[in-house]
Amino acid sequence: MVFKLNNQLLSRMAIGDGHGENSSYFDGWKAYDSDPYHHQNNPDGVIQMGLAENQLCFDKVEEWLKKNPAASICTPEGVAGFKDVAIFQDYHGLPQFRNAVAKFMGKVRGDRVSFDPDRIVMAGGATGAHETVAFCLADPGEALLVPTPYYPGFDRDLRWRTGVQLVPIECDSANNFKLRMEDLEAAYEMAKLNNIRVKGLLLTNPSNPLGTILDGDTLRNIAAFTNENNIHLICDEIYSATVFGKPDYVSIAEIVDEDRKSGRNVLNLDLIHIVYSLSKDMGFPGLRVGIVYSYNDVVVSCARKMSSFGLVSAQTQHMIGSMLSDAEFVEEFLGANRARLAERHGAFTGGLGRVGIRCLRSSNAGLFVWMDLRRLLKEQSVEAETALWRVIINEVKLNVSPGSSFHCSEPGWFRVCFANMDDETMEVALGRIRAFVAKHKEAMKPARKLCAQSSLKLSFSGRIYDEFIMSPRSPIPQSPLVRART
Amino acid sequence: TGSLQNFLNHQKPNPRPQPQSRNLFFPSHPLYFQRTATLSLTPFPLLFSSSTLTLSTYFPLTPSLRSPSPQRVSRDPRRGPMTESPSSEPEPPSPKPRAAAGNGMRLVVPLQGVVQGRGGLILGSLIPCALFYFLQLYLKRHRSPKPPASSSNPPSPSSSSPNLGDLARTSSRSNLLGRGSIVPVRLSSRGMAIAKPNDSPYYVGLDKVAGDPFHRVDNPEGIIQLGLSENTLCFDLIERWMKENLMDSLMGGDGAELSINGMATYQPFDGLMELKVAMADFMSRVMGKGVSFDPSQMVLMAGATPAIEILTFCLADHGNAFLIPTPYYPGFDRDIKFRTGVELIPVHCRSTDNFMLTVTALDQAYNQARKRGLKVRGILFSNPSNPVGNILSRETLYELLDFAQEKNIHIISDEIFAGSLYGTAEEFVSVAEIIEGEEFDKSRVHIIYGLSKDLSLPGFRVGVVYSYNENVLAAAKRLTRFSSISAPTQRLLISMLSDAKFIEEYIETNRKRIRRMYDLFVGGLDQLGIRCAKSSGGLYCWADMSILIALYSEKGELELWDKLLNVGKVNVTPGSACHCIEPGWFRCCFTALAEEDVPLVMERIGKVAEMCKSGH
Repeated sequence: MVFKLNNQLLSRMAIGDGHGENSSYFDGWKAYDSDPYHHQNNPDGVIQMGLAENQLCFDKVEEWLKKNPAASICTPEGVAGFKDVAIFQDYHGLPQFRNAVAKFMGKVRGDRVSFDPDRIVMAGGATGAHETVAFCLADPGEALLVPTPYYPGFDRDLRWRTGVQLVPIECDSANNFKLRMEDLEAAYEMAKLNNIRVKGLLLTNPSNPLGTILDGDTLRNIAAFTNENNIHLICDEIYSATVFGKPDYVSIAEIVDEDRKSGRNVLNLDLIHIVYSLSKDMGFPGLRVGIVYSYNDVVVSCARKMSSFGLVSAQTQHMIGSMLSDAEFVEEFLGANRARLAERHGAFTGGLGRVGIRCLRSSNAGLFVWMDLRRLLKEQSVEAETALWRVIINEVKLNVSPGSSFHCSEPGWFRVCFANMDDETMEVALGRIRAFVAKHKEAMKPARKLCAQSSLKLSFSGRIYDEFIMSPRSPIPQSPLVRART
Repeated sequence: TGSLQNFLNHQKPNPRPQPQSRNLFFPSHPLYFQRTATLSLTPFPLLFSSSTLTLSTYFPLTPSLRSPSPQRVSRDPRRGPMTESPSSEPEPPSPKPRAAAGNGMRLVVPLQGVVQGRGGLILGSLIPCALFYFLQLYLKRHRSPKPPASSSNPPSPSSSSPNLGDLARTSSRSNLLGRGSIVPVRLSSRGMAIAKPNDSPYYVGLDKVAGDPFHRVDNPEGIIQLGLSENTLCFDLIERWMKENLMDSLMGGDGAELSINGMATYQPFDGLMELKVAMADFMSRVMGKGVSFDPSQMVLMAGATPAIEILTFCLADHGNAFLIPTPYYPGFDRDIKFRTGVELIPVHCRSTDNFMLTVTALDQAYNQARKRGLKVRGILFSNPSNPVGNILSRETLYELLDFAQEKNIHIISDEIFAGSLYGTAEEFVSVAEIIEGEEFDKSRVHIIYGLSKDLSLPGFRVGVVYSYNENVLAAAKRLTRFSSISAPTQRLLISMLSDAKFIEEYIETNRKRIRRMYDLFVGGLDQLGIRCAKSSGGLYCWADMSILIALYSEKGELELWDKLLNVGKVNVTPGSACHCIEPGWFRCCFTALAEEDVPLVMERIGKVAEMCKSGH
């Protein structure tokens, strides 16, 4: 007789829904997958505007690959390098790769700062890089602060396997979703009062989904805050090369540099970590290149050991190494990338503006816009937002991402990606939006003044608290004796 | 608690508890309470024997009880006198038995009664601990998490405020962690554990070679690497294939237009379907024609290392355990235990059985683990075994499956060396072939595979989880987003693995060449008087050098390893790194050697052997 295994025999991770893919948010993907738009084969299909991919400069990359056939090692010119590459499994990464990435990161920041190749640690995409950092910095049950709205994947990347919690800091449209120091402080204090051990603050700069950047002063203040409270500051800068307009981008690396050069030495560098990747800036998500750059030696060594769980294929390292070492190409690529993003952003927001749809004004980066459809909501609630979103997917046939999936505290905002398609597709998308708005003219016309809803700002999310205390995954609660440690 | 009370009364022929005043056990001063809670368990039996109701009465004291704060307490000037000598305050008597009189004496007596009773010392210490535990549990259960804003006990400056413990702790922390940041930054404890330098001789040896690698021309005095199981014997074949099949690989194949779209953009995280199909075909070629693999049961990730970790994440929770026959691959300690928190329980195999796994040993280890309170979730074994190189027989596999079924646990078969066979005596049987017959519950069987060994492409980072369990597959697919394979590499492999003629030739030639190196190497050791365990697969041999060690112990083994590394300049892996319980065994990988270097290796080992024999 055969005893069937039941689910009980799998780990809680395997049967739980920490992956977050059961949320209605992924319905949009399913709608797209079952009916993808194609200009000839399926002109009525769903257009994918939920994927932050950057395909605007692929021609430049192809051109380079044609000119440099040896880079890929799979060509007659490159085969000589094959042997060394095939057997290379050192988790430090190919020296050429690390040097090139460090140089590229400096270049993206206008060569105002330089990066140490020995601090470059590989990971399986930014996803893997975030997880690695969370593993290094926090134990199960401990928490990271994250300003909202934030990338929905964080709930999975940072929490799923690590058992780390995220504590949201709510920002709202009243000041263009900018992170305010008082909100940060309040969230930190509130977490402390709830006995949540906050280990760090995670910033996405430029922000996904807002497409905004933090100004130097705010960044300085935030760094001072984390420094003062002795918590880590993790800066996710994977969109740093997508800043296409003024004001100029300021990286945390520049703040660090400033602190050191001025001789103040106030910042404790052991607390500062950068997550980077080539998925957005170069548009190479398929290559799975994620980077952890930490100023903390212990984190570097720890993350490096963990990188064996997400090493970048040596062939890819070799190719990236050659490509990014070509200073001329990098220069040209970055310039073209910015120019084309600016042009696409202008065309898209302009198109939306003509039908009366506004986007977050302060946005000057990213592969998306933060679209304001509050006026189309029947009522200001998450349910109304979800209802409108279903209409957009099923009737307008655009897969956009609703603000609620980004933990946005105000209903009615949507993230719309614009860089993963060609100009024609974008025009089709704009056309569909125009038609949709024309049908809802009444709603759009009386441009009622909406007051920002900020009542929830200080209320602590009970859900997070419950999870922290009661989470079955947390290994701590079994024994109250163990919990008693400070 | 009622029964506990009876028990206590029963243990004490002369029960003396008298109605206790509230202040005796819970004086209003929280610091006092902390002190008693941490220093002495004495009050607790008594406390339970008087009345459980009192517990809820003292509920507000929980915070201080939960987290005694030594730093804060030591800064309180009043603490010292209060506890070290008879108190200056009239109310709370000192908890110290020596100084206590009257009331205080009554505290001690119950405990003594317990100690001197039938239970003796063990009960005497166990019961207070257990009671303390239950008290904490009770308090925890009955404490509702209150929003701090609406706290029913407004903090008051009075030292009798029950919240003082909390306040003190918070402020003490912020004082400590102030602007000066003298305090070292806290990483996670698991991060610190990983960041520690790895002292396993396996990694020490690898690092040492990295610093001074042997090269026939450039560095003839360098260390020869026999510690890393990699295979360079057939690179010429792959290079030739690449030359003949250029371009394909990178840009999509079939002479398709040069395009980066299928490569740079997001691809399925668990591997391209074409690669899965090619991989399934490759696996059935490698594992014998009898087995076919279904691409839909396959999840691909960036190397066997994440493959084993992801599978572990799926099958076991933090604190669960896998049984694993020893000696085993030293990397498992890192790959499996680092982040999952899963434990590995060794099942010791011995040289008298040629290190073959027996179900008796398995059963023993299983029962021992159960006694320790561990939940065993599966058996993990490598077949062909790493480091021994032997192969599990069909019968053993059947027994293993029966065992797993009986105990209701999983089977993880690591078969990454399945294509690197050189023996003729034994036939390799994949667990996939065994379970083809319907009699087993397949959903508990999982296979790990990869291309690092059999196709000698460790740099390409390709690992496979092949499972018969839908839920495991679904979870593993989602987990691959942390470690996907780079798309250009996948494209390259699709065209390489789909070339059936090339693959056939490769597998054949590879086996022949490993066989040849094995004969050379094991023959050379034999001439030095070093015998190897009987083996049929893998890129290594398992050599018995116990005749060379002075002390028949792990220490003796490591001394020999050190000599081989630093004097002989060869890096081998000592058995102790593989958790072998018999000292004197070493794993030597020979497939990264050039044939002409074998005599040199033998010369170096021979030199060390001479030294050992002459007693140096």
